Amino acid sequence: MATLVDGPDALTGGKDTSNPEAVVVRFAGDSGDGMQLTGGQFTLSTALAGNDLATFPDFPAEIRAPQGTLFGVSAFQINFGSTEIDTAGDQPDVLVAMNPAALKTNVGALKVGGLIIADTGEFNKRNLEKAKYDVNPLEDGSLEKWQLLAFDISALTLEAVKPFGLGNKEALRCKNMWTLGLALWMFDRDRQPLIDWLNAKFGKNPVLAEANVAALNAGHAYGETAELAGPLKQYHIAPVESEPGLYRTVTGAEAISLGLVAGAQLAELPMFFGGYPITPASAILHNLARLKEYGVTTFQAEDEIAAIASAIGASYAGQLGVTSSSGPGIALKGEAMGLAIMTELPLVIVNSQRGGPSTGLPTKTEQSDLYQAVYGRNGDAPMPVIAARSPSDCFEVAIEAVRIAVQYMTPVMVLTDGYIANAAEPWKVPDPASIKPFPAKFLGEKNGPNGELLPFARDEKGARPWIKPGTPGLMHRIGGIEKNPGTGNIDYSPASHQIMTDARRDKVDGVANTIPLQDVVHGEASGKLVVVGWGSTYGPIYQAVRRARRKGLDVSHVHVRHIWPMPSNLGDLLKAYDKVLVPEMNTGQFKTVLRDQFLIDAQPLNKTSGQPFTIAEIEEAIVAALGGDVGGEVDADKTQLPSIKSVNP
Amino acid sequence: MNEMTKIAVQTTLKDWETDQEVRWCPGCGDYAILKAVQRTLPELGADPANTVFVSGIGCSSRFPYYIESYGFHTIHGRAPAFATGIKLANPDLDVWLVTGDGDGMSIGGNHTMHILRRNVNVQILLFNNEIYGLTKGQFSPTSREGTNSPTSPLGSVDRPALPCAFALGSGARFIARAYDVSKNLSAVLKAAHAHKGASFVEIFQNCIVYNKDRFDDFVAKGVADQNQLWLNDGEPMLFGSEKSGGVRGIALDMETLSLKVVDVVDGDWQAAGVIVHNVKNRALAHMLVEMPFGPFPMALGVIYDDPRPTYETVLLGQDEQARKGKDANLAKLLGKGQTWTVSGTAADPI
Repeated sequence: MATLVDGPDALTGGKDTSNPEAVVVRFAGDSGDGMQLTGGQFTLSTALAGNDLATFPDFPAEIRAPQGTLFGVSAFQINFGSTEIDTAGDQPDVLVAMNPAALKTNVGALKVGGLIIADTGEFNKRNLEKAKYDVNPLEDGSLEKWQLLAFDISALTLEAVKPFGLGNKEALRCKNMWTLGLALWMFDRDRQPLIDWLNAKFGKNPVLAEANVAALNAGHAYGETAELAGPLKQYHIAPVESEPGLYRTVTGAEAISLGLVAGAQLAELPMFFGGYPITPASAILHNLARLKEYGVTTFQAEDEIAAIASAIGASYAGQLGVTSSSGPGIALKGEAMGLAIMTELPLVIVNSQRGGPSTGLPTKTEQSDLYQAVYGRNGDAPMPVIAARSPSDCFEVAIEAVRIAVQYMTPVMVLTDGYIANAAEPWKVPDPASIKPFPAKFLGEKNGPNGELLPFARDEKGARPWIKPGTPGLMHRIGGIEKNPGTGNIDYSPASHQIMTDARRDKVDGVANTIPLQDVVHGEASGKLVVVGWGSTYGPIYQAVRRARRKGLDVSHVHVRHIWPMPSNLGDLLKAYDKVLVPEMNTGQFKTVLRDQFLIDAQPLNKTSGQPFTIAEIEEAIVAALGGDVGGEVDADKTQLPSIKSVNP
Repeated sequence: MNEMTKIAVQTTLKDWETDQEVRWCPGCGDYAILKAVQRTLPELGADPANTVFVSGIGCSSRFPYYIESYGFHTIHGRAPAFATGIKLANPDLDVWLVTGDGDGMSIGGNHTMHILRRNVNVQILLFNNEIYGLTKGQFSPTSREGTNSPTSPLGSVDRPALPCAFALGSGARFIARAYDVSKNLSAVLKAAHAHKGASFVEIFQNCIVYNKDRFDDFVAKGVADQNQLWLNDGEPMLFGSEKSGGVRGIALDMETLSLKVVDVVDGDWQAAGVIVHNVKNRALAHMLVEMPFGPFPMALGVIYDDPRPTYETVLLGQDEQARKGKDANLAKLLGKGQTWTVSGTAADPI
């Protein structure tokens, strides 16, 4: 598939490669090397330079895995460019390897002809053994299909911070800033924001601040000097053309938190967030714990069950109850979700999915909780489910979840995943005044035709009234036992259960009446093939479809936000294509739901490696689905991963 | 709740009865507890609109359906977590939590522990009938060793849990004990209500069907006087009477640092070394909740009552403090951090 993997020469011939449109850089090192921090700061500098970007933090489940080991490698990949970026990039152009283990676990992904920057200071006998290298790969020619720039970053860092009298261990911890300095030079970035950040971070320890700044400057200076000597080259990535406005970077966990705060304000409700620490969902609790002034109460419960139960209690008492977790925690919350469905109380449940089953892959991404979200409760327990497709999309999705919860008196599950939760992208800061409010209403007096109280009477949406304890005259009892359709008193007569089961189903089905019709992201409303995605596969599907269409292939992209209930036109829309392909990071869950709902021959494309799809993987599947027609050559598309082969003089 | 703002409401027992038919077995101890609660609420000046009964699952947990207030019948064992959310959302609500030995000590033991340790201001009534009633008679975590049941036909081998000892170990600041038909139950409920913070009340309750008369060894007429030690703050720990074979008291054995039963002659309890109850003495509380029935009488009444700030006061107070001087400007929040402005596109620069 020569057209899918950009070879070293494919995109370089005759073009000015010092100004590529997009570059993928991966920083990899030991868990303790500060790679996530390096990546985060590089991301910020990239955003400030006006590039579009997407990141992919990839770290082990162990907090400080034994040093130098293969399983202790922590990596951070960033794809940035002067054009629209939707994925963290298939293959890095540059790999920064802080030790042998980082090289070994990451070099395979590096584009042929890509650049390896390695710290020779860490390629000692001990570390080589830990990484299971018999021979030093920097010296045995095994890396010859890549460009290699190997030098002693450790020694250079020690030298740079020498004046500050740090201990050896502390001094070496400045290595990441040295490396960052070099990266900033490579991509022609301003150091000042980083220097400001370091001074603020180490405000209480000015010596550490100065040492880190010195390391940063030394790395930067090394780039300049090395350029003079030949092996390195500086690149300038032009700013992306974006809509005018105020921008910031945002991770999924941040955007979810902000969206929940915004949603609560739009509903005119205080928010109660009950959570229990779990990877990768904890960041939401961390974020909200610092937003008390927005009417947020956070409660770290004793377990997942207490987290959701307290949130339901708060909703019962008249606040917006929210809880969040990841797969195993969501499983524990199942019974309580059933109670929220049965008592018809608003609640938002955020599920940051990770690899499963059981503990699975705590720090890796997957989309395998879709069945759990849609079907995973005892009884007929319908619940709206919506999925975010990117970090910034989490903001809108969170607001939408709050709206549905409050307007329909129902728990709503939001699906994100480990990739979305941790990844960052630029975000055009929205104006909250532009979002239509949906104030919650509470019952103030008896609502029955004969002056009686009917806690389970229904409005035009099928929702029951929200009645706050403390309201005079409206005392009533609710619970998990089947109830009378009007009074809510215990009533498990056959007629009552039939009526209430139907009412709960109809109410949730009716959510489809207030959600947007399904649109087509890219392509036409009919044709030979549609690629249907949901959640974080948006980026790779978008780019794969775009590439395939540039080659003249008849393929369109539909991305579904509302997983349950689905937009009312989705079935007809999908039936207008000859073939339906559903890429998912699971074994085919959404595919099954689509087949069930619409009796269509949806075909799966599955991946469960804990890593997001690459664009190439989806593009290959598109080609295969269309009978192997690879279409014409990509001509105008230089958006993907241009080689920087020319680093060698 | 601020004492100054609490307005006593005039109600009668009738005002606290719902139109729902009570579905407990005839003769169940729960009826007596229900009546005691309905009788006590008017005396507390409680407002039905401001009162919430929260429960889990089990016979005891049907309780909210029979009290004319707000009521939430939740899921098995988790009532403390729901109650915590309710109190944090609206600390002015007067919350009662009704649970049982299975609900509160077995499936929900974890939540019982944490609501007590956090000291959420609710009254927890644990109906202990030493059996699973609603699932038809299996042994429970408080069943005595050797209990014959459908799941322990050879007699249970589990050591029973001691709810009051568990509560104290969890950090409870109020612990009391009573039983369903006791005339003192109402006084114990009032003391529990008066305590600011989590108050834990174990109420022995007769399961007429699966564990009939289990507590007769200290509640039955004729033995009650000799086998019940009613604790009153500032009063000596005396039980029995001249009529029932002599007055006795609880004293401290200084050699073994444990409690002992002593005879009191001619009412001179001081000479016998009888301990004066002090509800704020935690060490004493530890000995009382562990005091084995048989060699000792059953300790009843308020065992421990030493309030400290409630969870919601401290947590919400901290939140309030954090909000001071900050405004909730959403637009500002969204645009926080390092931002950049795009004023025009590269193709169309401004």
